[in-house]
Amino acid sequence: MLGLAFTMLIPVLVGVAFCEVNPVLDFLIAIEIAVIVGLILNKICYTEKNPSWMQGMIIVSLSWLVAMILGAIPLYLSGHWASYLDACFDSMSGFATTGLILVQDLDHLSRTHNFWRHLIMFIGGQGIAIVALSFFIRGFSGAFKMYIGEARDEKILPNVIHTARFIWLVSIVYFVLGTLTLGLAGIFSGLKPANAFFHGACLFMAAFDTGGFTPQSQNIMYYHSLLFEVLTIIIMVLGALNFKLHYHLWTGNRREIRRNIETVTLFISIMILFTLTAVGLTQAGIYPNALMLFRKGFYQLVSAHTGTGYQSIYAPQFITEWNHLAFIGVLCAMALGGAVCSTTGAIKNLRVGIIFKTLIEEVKRIMLPEKSVVVQKLHHIQDIFLTDKLARSALLITVIYLALYGLGAIVGMILGHPFLNALFESTSAGANVGLSCGITNVDMASALKITYILQMWAGRLEFMSIFALIGFFVATIKGK
Amino acid sequence: MIDNGKTEKQKNRKTKKVLMSFLGFWFFSFLVSAYAQPVTSTELINNAKEYDGSTVAYEGEVIGDIMRRGDFVWLNVKDGKIALGIWAHNSLAKEIEFTGEYKSKGDRIQVSGIFNRACLEHGGELDIHAKSIKKLNSGKMIKEKLIIGKRNLVIMLSGVIFLVWILMLLKRR
Repeated sequence: MLGLAFTMLIPVLVGVAFCEVNPVLDFLIAIEIAVIVGLILNKICYTEKNPSWMQGMIIVSLSWLVAMILGAIPLYLSGHWASYLDACFDSMSGFATTGLILVQDLDHLSRTHNFWRHLIMFIGGQGIAIVALSFFIRGFSGAFKMYIGEARDEKILPNVIHTARFIWLVSIVYFVLGTLTLGLAGIFSGLKPANAFFHGACLFMAAFDTGGFTPQSQNIMYYHSLLFEVLTIIIMVLGALNFKLHYHLWTGNRREIRRNIETVTLFISIMILFTLTAVGLTQAGIYPNALMLFRKGFYQLVSAHTGTGYQSIYAPQFITEWNHLAFIGVLCAMALGGAVCSTTGAIKNLRVGIIFKTLIEEVKRIMLPEKSVVVQKLHHIQDIFLTDKLARSALLITVIYLALYGLGAIVGMILGHPFLNALFESTSAGANVGLSCGITNVDMASALKITYILQMWAGRLEFMSIFALIGFFVATIKGK
Repeated sequence: MIDNGKTEKQKNRKTKKVLMSFLGFWFFSFLVSAYAQPVTSTELINNAKEYDGSTVAYEGEVIGDIMRRGDFVWLNVKDGKIALGIWAHNSLAKEIEFTGEYKSKGDRIQVSGIFNRACLEHGGELDIHAKSIKKLNSGKMIKEKLIIGKRNLVIMLSGVIFLVWILMLLKRR
């Protein structure tokens, strides 16, 4: 909480730079509330004991809920959100790098608040616990538990705190380069210089962290620029790659990108799903040439697959203009997602790759003589033998994700939305994508808003921390 | 009786003709007036196929940047919840002074132009190529007024932090 209060000083600086008085006050109020609650909880809950696995997981899951509530304070005070629930929705959408929005009149929102919307994506993308581990905690023995609790399966460096700092180093280096590139592209596209770099910084944070917020209500369509679309595709793909892969690329091991099961799966999956989407769009006859197919079909597909959610078409166009085949292509891309230990959500390429390899192994087992030994290997940074444990874990998480998408769709249907639309929106929330076919809006039922908040939360943390929290509450109620 | 019947039938036919002509005229006037009315962004997006290639009138507030591209500009015009891209010649956008953002309310304009569901010239964008732009209302700069309630809350919460800090110091001693 104290860390979150500290990060809120950044939008305060933005507000001071742009002479926005009331927005600065909104953030000062939020900072003070965070500091007061933080100090009180620090006093009540302070312990020198090492947290257990369960406690580590509970800390992580609760810290995300607290971050949502505190992060929503300045948003709500701006008057651009109809209710505190709406502000919490956008706050969770930001932290979980989803990108679904309920903000009203975004085009007149202050730069201070707008910067905060994108900054929470940057924080949430790396992980709230990672922020704490990187900057505010020294030698905390529960660090590894919190790191795992935030759906980071892999350590890049032997020490978790060094790993967290490396993740930030990668992000900040790319942030500087990305902001400069997008800023220059903005000037080239006709934006005023100050606006160009402001938009550049915001767009980078949301694209690299596969979030999908933009400073304007038209999303990426505001810029009317092929250059912006190409640059954001590159940044989205960089954000969807494993930080461990970034480490190997940075240290000169460029072969890894061609050999790694995650990048191979991502490439094959994009190609198959784009073919599906392109066939659908060709049948619909809306985009008759290759450039149009690239800017609308391919862009939407990459945006969905990387879990970003930038839209180069208006939300209702998915329903009114696209046919079911193209729509399902994007839906499948959303459900699959990017790499583990990246900023994306969803099932993820490594698990898809493992499931595919398991399938091949099973087919081989059936086809070869009974006495033959079938060994399946996969390459992920190093060669790994495909074990039953690995396959079971990948399948289990995949099944839970599918159940999450399905449950959200059922709630959507109960509230009167058609099946495919409800499934699309639910997958978008659960996989932390942010594409919308029009269901997400201010008038949406509160029950659906809460459902999507829970989906975004569970999807981002990959369930284990949430299950630990649920288990804790059940045990407390039973008096154990 | 037969004659009278014929006369009555003829009268009825005449009345029907007059009524039909009146209804036809009324319907035609309604159509004309309907096309003269500006179309909303929601209507255009939801019925893009029907409006594709036709001349429409669209009005709203100019928001964000006016992006120059050679002799042309891109304007983003918002009529309520949704903003549409307007492709216009430089000379048409000369009158626009204010664009909507946090510190300003943008000019309200009416655009008459060709609506494209998936523009061939602009990589499939849903846009309007402006033929004429009329400024309806001028925008203005918005002077930000300090909200006293917020300022007082900041001061009050600072006091609470100070109090909590003092209490913590006292407890440590």
